[in-house]
Amino acid sequence: MAKELTYADNATREMLKRAAADNVDTIWDRYEAVQPQCKFGTMGVCCRICSMGPCRISLVPGKSPQTGACGANVDTIAARGIARMIAAGTAAHSDHGREVVHTLQAAASKPDFDFQIKDPMKLRSIATLYGVKIDGRKTNEIAAELAEAALNEFGRQHGEMIIAKAAPAPRVELWKKLGIYPRSIDREVVETMHRTTMGVDTDYKNIINHGMRTALADGWGGSMIATEISDILFGSPNPLRSRANLGVLQADQVNIVVHGHEPLLSEVLAIVSKDEGLIAKAKAKGAKGITLAGICCTANEILMRHGITVAGNFLQQELALLTGAIEAMVVDVQCLMPSLHSIANCFHTKLITTSSKAKLPGVQHVEFSPERAKAVATQIIEQAIDNYQNRMTDKVFIPPDNERIVAGFTTESVFNFLGGKYRGTYRPLNDAIIAGRLRGAAGVIGCSNPRINYEEGHIRMVTELIKNDVLVVTTGCNAITCGKHGLLKPEAALKYAGKGLQEICRAVGIPPVLHVGACVDNSRILRTLSNIVSEGGLGNDLSELPVAGAAPEWMSEKAVTIGFYFVASGVYTIIGHPLPMMGSQNLFKYLTDEIEQETGGKWAFEPDAAEAAHKMIRHIDRKRKALKLKPMMYEQPFKPEE
Amino acid sequence: MSKIIASAAIRGAHKLVRQAEESLAKAIAAKGKDAKIEYPNTAYYLPIMLLFLGQKVEKLGDLEESLQEARKLLHPEPSDELWLPYLGDALDSGVATLLAEETIEVLKYQNGSNPVNGIWLGFTDDAILRLQGIKLVDGRMPGFAAIVGCTKTNQEAVDLVRGLQERNILVFIAGNSNGRSIAEQLAEERIEMSWDTFLVPYGKDITAAVHALNFAARSAMTFGGVAPGDLKAARAILLYNKERVHAFVLALGDDPGVPKDQVITDEKYATAAGAINFGFPVISNVNIPEILPSGICTYEHVVANVPVAEIITRSVEVRGLHIKVEKVPIPVPYGAGFEGERVRKEDMFCQFGGKFTDAFELVRMKPIDQIEDGKVEVIGPEVDQMQEGQAYPLGIVVEVAGRKFQEDFESVVERRVHEYISCANGIFHMGQRSIIWVRIHKDAKAKGFQVKHFGSILVTKIHNDFSSILDRVQVKIYTDAAKIKAPMEEAKKVYSHRDDRIAGMTDEDVDEFYSCALCQSYAPNHVCIVTPERLGLCGAYTWLDCKASHQIDKHGPNEPVAKGECLEPVKGQWKNVNDYISIKSHGNLERFNAYSILEEPMTSCGCFECIAAIVPEANGVMIVDREYPNMTPVGMKFSTLAGQIGGGTQTPGFVGIGKLYISSAKFIAAEGGVERLVWMPKALKEEVGDRLKARLAKIGKEDLFDKIATEENAETPDKLVEFLTQVNHPALSLAPLV
Repeated sequence: MAKELTYADNATREMLKRAAADNVDTIWDRYEAVQPQCKFGTMGVCCRICSMGPCRISLVPGKSPQTGACGANVDTIAARGIARMIAAGTAAHSDHGREVVHTLQAAASKPDFDFQIKDPMKLRSIATLYGVKIDGRKTNEIAAELAEAALNEFGRQHGEMIIAKAAPAPRVELWKKLGIYPRSIDREVVETMHRTTMGVDTDYKNIINHGMRTALADGWGGSMIATEISDILFGSPNPLRSRANLGVLQADQVNIVVHGHEPLLSEVLAIVSKDEGLIAKAKAKGAKGITLAGICCTANEILMRHGITVAGNFLQQELALLTGAIEAMVVDVQCLMPSLHSIANCFHTKLITTSSKAKLPGVQHVEFSPERAKAVATQIIEQAIDNYQNRMTDKVFIPPDNERIVAGFTTESVFNFLGGKYRGTYRPLNDAIIAGRLRGAAGVIGCSNPRINYEEGHIRMVTELIKNDVLVVTTGCNAITCGKHGLLKPEAALKYAGKGLQEICRAVGIPPVLHVGACVDNSRILRTLSNIVSEGGLGNDLSELPVAGAAPEWMSEKAVTIGFYFVASGVYTIIGHPLPMMGSQNLFKYLTDEIEQETGGKWAFEPDAAEAAHKMIRHIDRKRKALKLKPMMYEQPFKPEE
Repeated sequence: MSKIIASAAIRGAHKLVRQAEESLAKAIAAKGKDAKIEYPNTAYYLPIMLLFLGQKVEKLGDLEESLQEARKLLHPEPSDELWLPYLGDALDSGVATLLAEETIEVLKYQNGSNPVNGIWLGFTDDAILRLQGIKLVDGRMPGFAAIVGCTKTNQEAVDLVRGLQERNILVFIAGNSNGRSIAEQLAEERIEMSWDTFLVPYGKDITAAVHALNFAARSAMTFGGVAPGDLKAARAILLYNKERVHAFVLALGDDPGVPKDQVITDEKYATAAGAINFGFPVISNVNIPEILPSGICTYEHVVANVPVAEIITRSVEVRGLHIKVEKVPIPVPYGAGFEGERVRKEDMFCQFGGKFTDAFELVRMKPIDQIEDGKVEVIGPEVDQMQEGQAYPLGIVVEVAGRKFQEDFESVVERRVHEYISCANGIFHMGQRSIIWVRIHKDAKAKGFQVKHFGSILVTKIHNDFSSILDRVQVKIYTDAAKIKAPMEEAKKVYSHRDDRIAGMTDEDVDEFYSCALCQSYAPNHVCIVTPERLGLCGAYTWLDCKASHQIDKHGPNEPVAKGECLEPVKGQWKNVNDYISIKSHGNLERFNAYSILEEPMTSCGCFECIAAIVPEANGVMIVDREYPNMTPVGMKFSTLAGQIGGGTQTPGFVGIGKLYISSAKFIAAEGGVERLVWMPKALKEEVGDRLKARLAKIGKEDLFDKIATEENAETPDKLVEFLTQVNHPALSLAPLV
C-alpha cells in the first residue's frame, strides 16, 4: 500500500486500509508504481510534436542538446507544452458549456422538452448582456435568441466575444491593448494548436500570450457560458444545506452515484430519483429508498442546486466503489479514472457511461441526450433498483464519516444575503475589506493529486488563510475537501477564522469558506470580483483588488487554463507543484515576474501550503498598501517582515 | 452575536404580520373591503406601502395585498446549527415588519383607538413634514433620533433629551420598555413635547415607530425627487435615507419575559431591522447583541452597552453626524430644540413687550473704534430686581463692525435675533423689530438667567455665524422705561429707511442674482435663483440674505449669478442664469422663467411656503400655503399639490413660492401678475394683507383685495367662478390662460 495519508479525512483512510486488505490497487498504488517520473517531462523540456523527435533538451545548463532537431530551444518547447495544456482545458470546459447552450436552444423551441427555463430573471439579465431585447418578449423567444448568440461565441468568424465584456472596462481595454481579447472559443483553441505545431510560433512570450487569449475564451467564455446558461436552465443556486463524504451512502437504500462534470443528466436524475413510483419500486426490492450522491463536479452541480449529497472528490472515486454499496455509478465526462471498471467488477456495481465522448472499454453505455433525458434517467434508476438485490452484503462497508455543509453561493446571491431584497448590495463586503476587518479574499480551488499528501494542501492553506482574516471562496475538489473537513459549516468561523472574518460571518451568517460550485463555476469568482470593483472603493480593475487565487493540489489541464485566465485577469495565482516548464528559465521568469507588468497578475509555485498561504497574504497586503487601505482591525497571526 | 438579532427580528416580523392580518380582518368584517383608509393630510397614501411596494393604498381591501407582499418577505428563523445566511433575511423581515406596522397604525385611525391622544401625536402630516423638513434639508437639524423605551430615572430622560435638543437633533418617541415610555417620563417632568420643541411622541406601542420611518420615506420623495414605483425606486429611496437623512434609533431599557441573551422584544428587533434598511443604526444602553461590520448602514449597525450619559456622543459617531455645538455662556440649555417652546403664563417669571411695554431689537453697523467687542451693557433693572408676573421694557441694540460689513447686512443679522434668543431653554421670543414679545420662565430665572444673557447669546451666535464679515459685536439692552424711548425712536427711523430702500430695489437694478443650493444635499436636481423681487420659495432667503451668505462663505450654498443677456424680460429669463442652472441642476433643467407659472417655471426642492396653481375655470391663479389642510378649488389639498412639484420637477401650471413673492411686482408677471390672483386661504390672505394692499395701492387696484376669494367664499371651481363673477374679478376678462 502507498504511504499513509496523514491529512486525509477518516473515511478515506479507512477505505484505503480496506483496499490494502482486499489487495485492490488504487490511484496511490499506481502513482507509486510510476515513480520515478520522467524528469524531462516534469520540467517540460521534451518535445514530441513531430516525428523528427521526441527531442529532449539537456537539463544541465550549457550541455548539449540545447535545441531539438528543428532548432526549437527550451523556451519554445516549454511554452508550446503549456499552451497545448491551456487549449485542452479550454476545450474541456467549453465543450461542456456548448452542451448546455444546445439544451437551452432545444428548451426554447420545444414546449414538452424535458428541460425548461427555471430562472427567467437570470435569462433576462444575461440576455441584456448579449444585447438581446427583453422588453415585452416571451421567455422562450428571449431564450432562443440568447442561445443563438451564445453558440456564436464558439464559432464566430468575425468580431470578438461578447460575454467577456462583463469584465471591468479597464480590464477589457487592457486585453485589447495586449491583443489577448478573445474572438471566439473554438478559434482560439484551433489557433493554439496551429501556433504550437511544428514550425510555427517559436517566440515563447508570443505563444503564452495566445495561451492567455485561449484561457480567457474559457474563463470569460466557455466556462462562464456554462455557468450562466446552467443557472438559466436549472435555476440559480441559493445557500442550502447538505452533507459530504462517503458516509452519505446508505446501507439500506439503492445508492446511485453520479460522477464527472456535466450537469444535464445528473440534473434529471436528481429530479427523477424523487419519483414516488421509482421509490416504491426500490421498496419492493427490499430497499428503504433511493440515495443519489455525487463525485467531482457533477456532484457540485447538483449539490449547488438541489442539495444532493456529495460522496467524495476526485481521489475518492475508487473508494466509493470499494464500499460495495453502489448499485450504479453513472459517469459523463472528465476526471474519470479508467481504473473504475476493474474496481466495479469486484462488486455488483454497474458502471454506466453516458457520453459518446467518454466510453470505457467493456462498460455498459447508455447514451444520454437532452431529448431523452427523463427516459434515460428512468432507465438508469430502474437498472440500479434491479441491481440492489445483487449487492454482496458481506462485502459492504460504508465508513460512517460525513460532514454537514452549507453550499450554493453565487455572484448574485451575495447581493441578497448581504442586503436582502431591498438593499441587495456588495457594500458590506467592500466595507469589510476597506475597514480592515477582512484582509482580502482568496479563491482556493482545483483538483486533488496523489503527488500531495491528500488534502494537506487544501486544508493547511485554507485554514491559514481564514485564520488571517482572508475570506475564502472555493470550487471543485477543494470545495469537497473543505466540506468533508467541516470548513463549509457556518460554525467553522467561530473555530478557525480570525476575529475580523468571524465578525463578518456572525453578522451575515455565512461560513468562512464559501462554496461557489463546480470548476466551470470559477467564472462566478470572476463575476464576483467584477462586482466588488463596481461596488467601489477598491480600485478600478481586478488587478487592484487585495485577492489571490490558488490550486494547491492541481493535476488537470483545466487547472492550467483556470490559472492562466486568472493571471490574465490580473490575479496573483499560486499552485503547489510547478507547471511543467521549469526547464526554461526564461519562461519561468516571464510567468512568475515579467508578466505582472503586462496583466497585473502572475504565477507562483509553492509546494508548502502554509507558506503558499503566506505568499498570498503578502500579495494581498501589497495590494492593500497600494490602495492605501486601513491597517487590519485586529492583530493578525501572520505578520510579514516587510 | 447577531444571529440572536436575526432570529428575534424574523420572529417579530412573523408576529407583527399576523397581528396586522388579524386587525385588518376585523376592520374588513366591520366596514367592508371598499371602506376608505388613509392617514390625515398626506399625498403619499400609506408612505411605507408606497415606498416598498409602489402601492397606493386607498381602501381596506388594498391592505390585503400589502400584507400578502409582507408575507413573501418572511423567512424561517435561522437554525441552531448549520444556519444559512441570515442578514438578508433579517433585513427582509424588517421590511415585512414596517408593512405590518403601517397597517396596524393606519387602522387605528379607522377603528376608533385614537392614535392622537394625550401626549401622543400619531402620524406626522405633510404640512409638518415640509415645515420641519427644511431644517433637515438645510442642515439646521443634523438628524433625528427615534427613541424606543425609557431610562432608569426621569432625570436621565430629561438630560438625554436636553442633550439632543441642544444639538438640534429631532426626537421621535415610540414604544415602551416594560410598560413605560420616555415620553411619559418627560411628561411627568413637565417637558413640553411637540413638533415645536423637536420632541415628538408618536405612540406607546412599538408599531408607532413606523411613523418615524414613514416620515423618512416621505422626506426622500418630497425633497429627494425620488418617485416611488418599482424595486429600483425603493432602493433609491432607502439609499437616499442612508446618505442624507442622518437618523438613528436609541433602544433604551430591557424588556421582561424575553430570553436572557436577547434583552429586548422580538418586535423591537424586527422594527430595528426595518430601520437598518434605511441605513439607520441602533444604539442601546443595555446588553443587546451587537452588529459591528458596516455596509447596510454607513458605520456600525447595532452598538450596545453605551451608558445613557454617553449615548448621544456615541450615536453621533455611529451615524456619522456632523454637529457643531457652540457653547453659549448662559445658565440654561441652548439649542434649536428649544426654539419653538412656549412659556405659559403660570410658568412665567416676567415678560417684555407684547401689548404690555415698549420693546424692540435693532442691529446697527458702527465704526470699529466705537465698539468694544463682547461688551454687554444692561441699562435699567436686571431680572433679580424685577418682580414675578410683571412686564418690563426691553430694547436690544446690537452694534457690529467689520471691514467687510455692509449696511445691507444689518437686517440679515437682525432677522436672526429671534432664532438666537428663542433657542435658550425657558425663554420665549416672538416677533421682530418693535413688535417683539419675550418671556422668561421661572425655571430659567431659578437657574440664574439674567437680561444680560440675551447679550451673551447674541455676541456668541453672531460671532459664530458671521465671523467672516464682522469683527466686533457689542450689545446694549434697555430695561428702563424712560431710557428706552430715544433708542426706540431711532430704531423706528432705521426700519423705515430700510423698508424704503428694499421696496425700491428691483431685479433690473442689480447685475447679479444669487443661487441657493442649500437644499441640494436633499434635492440634488434643484437649484433656486433668488432675485430682489423673488425671494427663495422657502421664504427664508431673500436676495440680501444670499448676498450676505456669499460674503460669509465664498464656497457656500449661495453664489452670485451674473444675469447676462436678458432673453425674456416679461417672463424673466436670462442667458447666464440658464447656463448656470443647467450645470447646477446636473442637467435636470435647461432654462426657466422666473416670473411664469405656465412656461418652464422655477422648480422646487419641496420646502416651499406656498404653492401657486392655475385654476383654469377661473382663468386665474390660486395660492395655498402649507398650513392650510383643507381642499382647494383645484380639487387638491396642499399635500397632493406638493407631491407634483418637489424634487426639482418642472410642472407647468404649478409653482412653489415664498409668501413675500405674493406682493412682489414680479408676481407671475408673465401671466398678467397679481390680477390673476383669485383665491387664497383666509389666514394667508390676512398674513400677507398689509403688503398686498400696499402693492395693489401702488398699481391703483385697491379694490382687488376684497375680490380675492377665500375658503369662506368658495372651495370648488364652480363656486369660485360664481363668486368671481359676482365681484367682477378682473381675471375673468383677461386673456385666456390656457
